[in-house]
Amino acid sequence: MQASLDTVWTWLGEIPDPEIPVISLADLGIIRDVGYDDDRLVVTVTPTYSGCPATSIIALDIETELLKRGAQKVEIRQQLSPAWTTDWISQEGREKLRAFGIAPPAMAAANCAGMLKAQNVACPHCGSEDTENISPRGSTPCKAQFRCRSCMEPFDYFKAI
Amino acid sequence: MMDPFVTFCLRMGDNALILAQRTGEWCGHAPALEEDIAFANMGLDLIGQTQLWLKLGGEAEGKGRSADDLAFLRTERQFYNCQLVEQPNVDFAHALMRQYLFDAWHLPMLDGLTQSSDERVRAIAAKVIKEVRYHIDRSRDLVIGLGDGTDESRARMQGALDELWPFTADLLSSDAIDDELIARGILPDPAPVIEAFRAETAATFAAARLSVPDTGLTRTGGRNGIHTEHMGFILAEMQYLQRTYPGVSW
Repeated sequence: MQASLDTVWTWLGEIPDPEIPVISLADLGIIRDVGYDDDRLVVTVTPTYSGCPATSIIALDIETELLKRGAQKVEIRQQLSPAWTTDWISQEGREKLRAFGIAPPAMAAANCAGMLKAQNVACPHCGSEDTENISPRGSTPCKAQFRCRSCMEPFDYFKAI
Repeated sequence: MMDPFVTFCLRMGDNALILAQRTGEWCGHAPALEEDIAFANMGLDLIGQTQLWLKLGGEAEGKGRSADDLAFLRTERQFYNCQLVEQPNVDFAHALMRQYLFDAWHLPMLDGLTQSSDERVRAIAAKVIKEVRYHIDRSRDLVIGLGDGTDESRARMQGALDELWPFTADLLSSDAIDDELIARGILPDPAPVIEAFRAETAATFAAARLSVPDTGLTRTGGRNGIHTEHMGFILAEMQYLQRTYPGVSW
């Protein structure tokens, strides 16, 4: 008996991102499609940053988890186009990031054109917008390091891309 | 002569690969922790980009070579990266200037490639350009900050520019391989790319109070496999494991 696609999406919503485990792979917006090809469950995934070391772990995590939940055969397909954007991070995912202490992307990716200065970042701890960029890169390529001038706490910012 | 499309993929991939080796050398050595992380992270982006281009090159070649095979099992004359990216770090000024000059070409080139007649090239360019916008955002800021900085930082940035500028000729050069791919709509017309490079660097160097050397010296050849003396040392380190233990994997 094949699990319904809705059920599979629910499962994917419960698999944590390996680098930022507070949000799920579904929240991150990298699952582009789920479907059956005969008896194989095919999950189409798009990478976040092209060099993100989590990409291969993510594929392994999806396969392992779906097999554990009862899927018989799982195939992971990589899809490059359209390129992933932080605009695809769900509203719920953004709230989870903030609660965890990571400021979510402050604007739509198309409006920032890679310019960190264009992004008005609010502190995830106190909400103040009086923040400053310390480094354009953080603990992972997708983040930048910021500091809040109001509560003085440093924090990671998930850059719009 | 190799297939033009495969050569193009190798040129793009080798640029990213060799620059990634150089930026990776800063890991644990950069003058500030934030810059250490930034260089290492950008190296990671570049390795990811390398995998995309070399994978496509290997598929187009049709001889079953993977991205890893192409990275680890070719010899110096079979690498087609421009000579700029293989230049040594020397100091933070050289590394930044090299990065900035590369970014100033990479961005408009990728912009052109997002309109390529080849769907696979379009997909890679659309992905990579988003990352490269962040690369130049950083390198431009630092070139301006350090050029228009203290006497010491300014002297070092000018020294790096004097030394590295001749290598930009390699970035901007084109040959019969490019001409064929331009005719097929795979590569963009070089004129707007060169124009964007000139406009970008002119504005940044004016803000940084740096001057482009007027010696007229140019260095080319990397895109055809002719490299400077530094290249062999990079490959010796990068390919050491595969050459010592052929086929080893984990």
